[in-house]
Amino acid sequence: MNVLVCIKRVPATGGHIALTPDGQNIDTRYLGFTISPHEECAVEEAVRLIEKHGGSSTVLTLGPEVATEQLRDAMALGMDRAVLLETDGREWDPVATTDAIVAAIERDRAAGRDYDLLLFGNESADSAGYQVGVRVAAALDLPCVTGIKALEIREGKAAVRRQTESGWETSEVTVPAVLTVKEGINLPRYPSLPGRLKAKKKEIERSRPQWVDGGLEKVRLSLPVQAAHTVEMLGQNGDVGPQVVELFRRLRLL
Amino acid sequence: MVLGFIEHVGGAPTSLSLELLTMARRLAQRMGVPLEALVIGGSGASASGILASYGVSVVHVADDERLSAYAPAAWAHTMVQLVEAAHPAVVIGTGSDRGAEVMAHVAARLRLPLAANCTEVIPGNPFLVTRQRWGGSLLEEARLKGAVKLLTVAPHAVTVEADATATDIEVETKRPSLEDKDFRVTVVPQVEADTGKVSLAQARVVVGGGRGVGSAEGFQALEELASLLGGAVGCSRAVTSLGWRPHADQVGQTGMRIAPDLYIACGISGAIQHMVGCRAAKHILAINTDKEAPIVAQADYAVIGDVKAVVTAVTSEIRRLKPS
Repeated sequence: MNVLVCIKRVPATGGHIALTPDGQNIDTRYLGFTISPHEECAVEEAVRLIEKHGGSSTVLTLGPEVATEQLRDAMALGMDRAVLLETDGREWDPVATTDAIVAAIERDRAAGRDYDLLLFGNESADSAGYQVGVRVAAALDLPCVTGIKALEIREGKAAVRRQTESGWETSEVTVPAVLTVKEGINLPRYPSLPGRLKAKKKEIERSRPQWVDGGLEKVRLSLPVQAAHTVEMLGQNGDVGPQVVELFRRLRLL
Repeated sequence: MVLGFIEHVGGAPTSLSLELLTMARRLAQRMGVPLEALVIGGSGASASGILASYGVSVVHVADDERLSAYAPAAWAHTMVQLVEAAHPAVVIGTGSDRGAEVMAHVAARLRLPLAANCTEVIPGNPFLVTRQRWGGSLLEEARLKGAVKLLTVAPHAVTVEADATATDIEVETKRPSLEDKDFRVTVVPQVEADTGKVSLAQARVVVGGGRGVGSAEGFQALEELASLLGGAVGCSRAVTSLGWRPHADQVGQTGMRIAPDLYIACGISGAIQHMVGCRAAKHILAINTDKEAPIVAQADYAVIGDVKAVVTAVTSEIRRLKPS
């Protein structure tokens, strides 16, 4: 089978987010970058599917040239082929992103590469639009299940499970299909050193899609206002038992 | 007209749907247009009484027994037909998994932009929204274009308020014209056996552990404390990545969002991805060796010290006072 995974490069934020002075972006001067978490699990899922069923896996991202770092990370985990849809660094909204991804899938199809499964993250960590996978499915007239946390391929069908507040729900869909993945579907492996070395040498296919105005335009970013509050220090180390129990009583938990 | 997509359980709108109605009514009043609602799935019409008290003047009920099971594309096609017939200016869904999924299908079918997880909407030209990024750690002000404005409401961003001047409501039942293709994905609920354990989502007290717990075995002390308080154990993403706890225990942006009375954060640094999952807690107690850790500044109470020593001291004190 052929599996496509679409990923996004996002900053690895720590204890707080800082913005650039113009309020247009996160200040990433002191931050590393990573594959958005749900998508990292989609990559792991694709690698496991190919290990089990045979075939080929492709990882695709829309982003600046430096996003090749995340494509190589995905190849180090076992993805076979990588595609970069290179942007000039400006923001692409969900409609524009969808158009570029659909065009790339159609180019692959014209070249004889059809995908059985197209995997996305349920939502990206940074812009969190919750829609690109669904839009790609609609454009290609494929069925789509979002937010899956378990996947099994049997007899040309994808059996999936998703978690709800009160339990689980199941669905079964004929492939080809689009599935959007949530973290927890698997525990991604660490890349091996030989995997990293192999990924370094692999070629990345590149193209430059045309930006379109998709209709959702960022004006500025801001940080939510935090209510001022004070921290009550209860004590240090092992002699705090009575103070903490007193707190539990105050909060009527004991 | 402003149209709200209402989710319900047996005719009772979900709490997120009531938040949606509160925001949608204020928006409709500001625009000087009526508020209407779409209800899909069995016994939807019985929601009309509650919807009227939130200011809905017309409730559209989709009548097709195939819609009683959740089928995202079919539900979206039903919404699209209503949009094409009734021409709402704005369509609003909730930010629940289903709300987000149905609205994404609607946006895809209509090829219109969709703004997810909005906290504020300012109608006019341009039509402005404020929406959450990074699970709410960052806000984006954006212009939303399109002939119909599509958006979802961020969960828990609006305080529910009924309409003081609510009047009569009209119920319009219509049979949508759906194709077999719309039912390629149908979702079946799976009933879980009750394990008798307090669930992370419902617990009044959650004892969360981070890398500072030291090992998978280190969680035993946290389990013990949680059990003495009738609570549940959670963890940070670092802990699930290390394989110390299952992902189902993870609190944060890509795990559970919890709202207990007390969250006890043990050996957790307080990265924003984690805080997104626990900021709805009424109180936070941080136990950490590092008094400069971001979690300490965001907590209401703090103990500086080794997780194991502190948690053991607390459990022994509880035991001393309440011998079992």
